[in-house]
Amino acid sequence: MIVGLLFISSEILLMPTFDLASTSLRDLNRALHQIPDGANDLNFNVINPRGSHSVAVGVDKPIVVEIHGSVGYYCAGMNNGGIVTVHGSAGPGVAENMMSGSVFVEGDASQYAGATGRGGLLVVKGNAASRCGISMKGIDIVVHGDIGHMSAFMGQSGNLVALGGAGDALGDSIYEARLFVRGKVKSLGSDCVEKEMRREHIKILSKLLERGGVKGVKAEEFTRYGSARKLYNFHIDNAEAY
Amino acid sequence: MTYSNAYTPPRKSATFDDYALAEIRRAAATGIYDIRGAGAKRKLPHFDDLLFLGASISRYPLEGYREKCETSVVVGSRFAKKPIHLKIPVTIAGMSFGALSGNAKEALGRGATIAGTTTTTGDGGMTDEERDHSQTLVYQYLPSRYGMNPRDLRRADAIEVVVGQGAKPGGGGMLLGQKITDRVAEMRTLPKGIDQRSACRHPDWTGPDDLEIKIQELREITDWEKPIYVKIGGSRPYYDTALAVKAGADVVVVDGMQGGTAATQDVFIEHVGIPTLACIRPAVQALQELGVHREVQLIVSGGIRSGADVAKALALGVDAVAIGTAALVALGDNDPRWEEEYQKLNTTAGAYDDWHEGKDPAGITTQDPELSKRIDPIAAGRRLANFLKVMTLEAQTIARACGKNHLHNLEPEDLCALTIEAAAMARVPIAGTNWFPGKNDSQGALR
Repeated sequence: MIVGLLFISSEILLMPTFDLASTSLRDLNRALHQIPDGANDLNFNVINPRGSHSVAVGVDKPIVVEIHGSVGYYCAGMNNGGIVTVHGSAGPGVAENMMSGSVFVEGDASQYAGATGRGGLLVVKGNAASRCGISMKGIDIVVHGDIGHMSAFMGQSGNLVALGGAGDALGDSIYEARLFVRGKVKSLGSDCVEKEMRREHIKILSKLLERGGVKGVKAEEFTRYGSARKLYNFHIDNAEAY
Repeated sequence: MTYSNAYTPPRKSATFDDYALAEIRRAAATGIYDIRGAGAKRKLPHFDDLLFLGASISRYPLEGYREKCETSVVVGSRFAKKPIHLKIPVTIAGMSFGALSGNAKEALGRGATIAGTTTTTGDGGMTDEERDHSQTLVYQYLPSRYGMNPRDLRRADAIEVVVGQGAKPGGGGMLLGQKITDRVAEMRTLPKGIDQRSACRHPDWTGPDDLEIKIQELREITDWEKPIYVKIGGSRPYYDTALAVKAGADVVVVDGMQGGTAATQDVFIEHVGIPTLACIRPAVQALQELGVHREVQLIVSGGIRSGADVAKALALGVDAVAIGTAALVALGDNDPRWEEEYQKLNTTAGAYDDWHEGKDPAGITTQDPELSKRIDPIAAGRRLANFLKVMTLEAQTIARACGKNHLHNLEPEDLCALTIEAAAMARVPIAGTNWFPGKNDSQGALR
């Protein structure tokens, strides 16, 4: 149920607005799912999220959703083509299993940000907690601050960028995901190693920094990490690594 | 003077039996534990240890072939807008494309559709073939999230959040490199030929409070249409069932240790988890204490082979069962017709369990295109449908003999046990007595 117009910065934004203080989550998500192809109204505001879980999940149209406040778990989960911005912080699992589109978090993100994401771009302007990019499968994640422990655990594909540092066991049991960290890495996980930053990686990272709204930072300042590929096929002599 | 019988024959140790000795030698020679498919092979208390008490003077039976005995079940009606209507209380358990060939998956879908029941995806995502050939398809939501996407969530008829499975509660999946073809690798976003570990925990939730929020997310993504199942491996069925209900499940699936797997360590299969028979009463008790028995449906799997097993499970309070290994056998798995080839693999029909190696002579647990051709999905689907029909007829036969006009009207009072173990687990009296271990006499004498 669309409840009205929103006044922001003295401008009247003619954007349909959902007030979660008076509109149910179910109505919000259903409305976002039911936007017909060719619709004119493709920009939406959500106000008073007040930490609600599952805000704007399952979006599968190229719509723009601006969420004014902090959200709980799984905001923009399984996003497929939407551009979702959280003007606040996000709880666990923001943009989990994203297929495509973009999710921006102006504040911090809790655990599992971008978990299992298959595509699209997740940008966290603050810090991301533990297990950022866990089991990532193609998503690109740019974190302006630090990332917590066990980030990119079993990361399969995609790119994880941290302008700050990383916690313990970065990239544990990683497959083919690329990790770029500018700051200090507390420790690397099993089978994760530092790798050479070749020209192709500088190019990929530069593009990611640009898409992630990062200014004044060069790709050359980062260190790349990835899989040593020693654990790809089980061998008993590697048992100590598990 | 010597006696001809003054001789102590060689005595093998009951502890160090031939199998244990062979395993020690094999481990010493190879340096790796045994990996295999299927479920627990050890002798366990099971449905064979229960018998039905047919009608007598105090109960009158229904006429076979004449008086109706209903078999339909509705599952998922607690919160979902579109619950599942099963014609029979026997469903097909989750098995992945990857573990199984495409033809085998198609056959499962065809057979289940003819019989009016559901089939289930597995770890690896949903293929178009199984969606197209399964009228009602349950989509598994697994820790690995291989192949997970919102389109498939929406085109599924129900969603099963897999917390664990009976063959390996607390363990993840394993698909070894030899079965990772281009298509399987693409579906799982991993390089071809590597060993694929499916995670043992979900990546973005831990504990029942998180599970509740995860279920809410899945409902929101699918606009509250799809029933949400929660599948657990049999270990703490009372608490796990209660927690699944608390988390908002429409259906709880409990898989006992006889439930199969595509591949895991033999030590895991044989030593972790509890028998199916031991899972049922605690799960039903949890539902009853929460006042949701029959409102939240209970599906049990693990070693279900016949209509008798179905009837016994239902009599103990289950709403439906799921079959995996039995369904594969109906398709042609371990068929003696391939004995010569089983021998070449150092095994024999009925014992073949190296499903992870991808060399299945029956063309079922393989990705080899030539072997896969051995299974005709139409004919195999027909065999599965026949088997499901026979299971249902058998269960109806027993139910009518107990005077029930619906399979769900079977009750624990229709059963007795042959062993103390089975009596304790099923909480039904030992045959000819009114006693079972743990029974409080104040509950009253057997009537």
